[in-house]
Amino acid sequence: MTAETPLCPECDGEVEIPADAMENELLSCPECGAELEIMKLDPLELELAPEVEEDWGE
Amino acid sequence: MRVALLVTHIRAEEKLILSAFNSRGVSPDIILDRELNFDITRGAEQLAPSGIAWRAYDLIFERCVSTSRGMYALAILNSWGLRSYNTFETAATCGDKLLTSIAFARAGIPQPHTRVAFTPQSAMQAIEDVKYPAVLKPVTGSWGRLLARVHNRDSAEAILEHRQTLGDYNHHTYYVQEYVDKPGRDIRAFVVGDSAIAAIYRESNHWITNTARGGLAKNCPVTEALNEICARAAQAVGGGILAVDLLEDARGNFVVNEINHTMEFRNSSEPTGVNIAQEVIDFVIGQIGVVA
Repeated sequence: MTAETPLCPECDGEVEIPADAMENELLSCPECGAELEIMKLDPLELELAPEVEEDWGE
Repeated sequence: MRVALLVTHIRAEEKLILSAFNSRGVSPDIILDRELNFDITRGAEQLAPSGIAWRAYDLIFERCVSTSRGMYALAILNSWGLRSYNTFETAATCGDKLLTSIAFARAGIPQPHTRVAFTPQSAMQAIEDVKYPAVLKPVTGSWGRLLARVHNRDSAEAILEHRQTLGDYNHHTYYVQEYVDKPGRDIRAFVVGDSAIAAIYRESNHWITNTARGGLAKNCPVTEALNEICARAAQAVGGGILAVDLLEDARGNFVVNEINHTMEFRNSSEPTGVNIAQEVIDFVIGQIGVVA
């Protein structure tokens, strides 16, 4: 594992981080589909995104 | 120009909005709703999580995916005299389907036949008044959650009993609408200020056509009639930057279903050919300039 290939906190799959990624951006794990949030970019820190709540949406 | 972008987290829409601001030389401060901690009485002199006094912001651009966080943050910030898109009044109306229906009724905006009741017994009567199939919706909520199309008395009784037993008090306000037999699609129009800048058809074999539920987006021409009803509907809820959802009835007439105040548009710029984020941000920047 290198710093450039972070692992999904749910399934340990490799998650590709887009070049224009931002802190607090949401991503999907390509392996398990879990929704992830980039908590920090330097050093990179991924967490499972919060569960959707009842009042979330447009 | 100092802008605060208030978010729950960064989605595709927020990245597009930031890029649109950046292209006009504006770098918004991103403020996470999870970090808000307001002193209600101290006003706009207090510091935002960015470390800057709220008063320093020319605009609060609210893009929270959490309706309640966004709405109450706007209530506080607008009460301190801070300018925002959208306003608390618009957000509070759009965030509640019943308040939206009232606003439409007052403004004479065509909408599905809608009734409201507060007990399972009176709700049953309301369902039978609008006739089967009827649609039951929570007054708050998004992405097509917990909508029910009710075809007969048996299913109505079951759904009402479940709502009454399993739901909290929010689900005990029974918002009942006629089912509009739409042609396998509905329309979402993006309104910025006084006009619809783009619209999509959301096509689906399912009666719920939200793109969040798999509805397919295709370009919908913004005709004079569509623009006119969208502009009127947007004004009815207080105006701003809004996504107006419309249905076409059996005679092809528009009825307005609801209005969304933190619209999602990631799938809509490509089919319409309209850079929705840029149109929105150029409008907002223009409005700040007008006021300043």
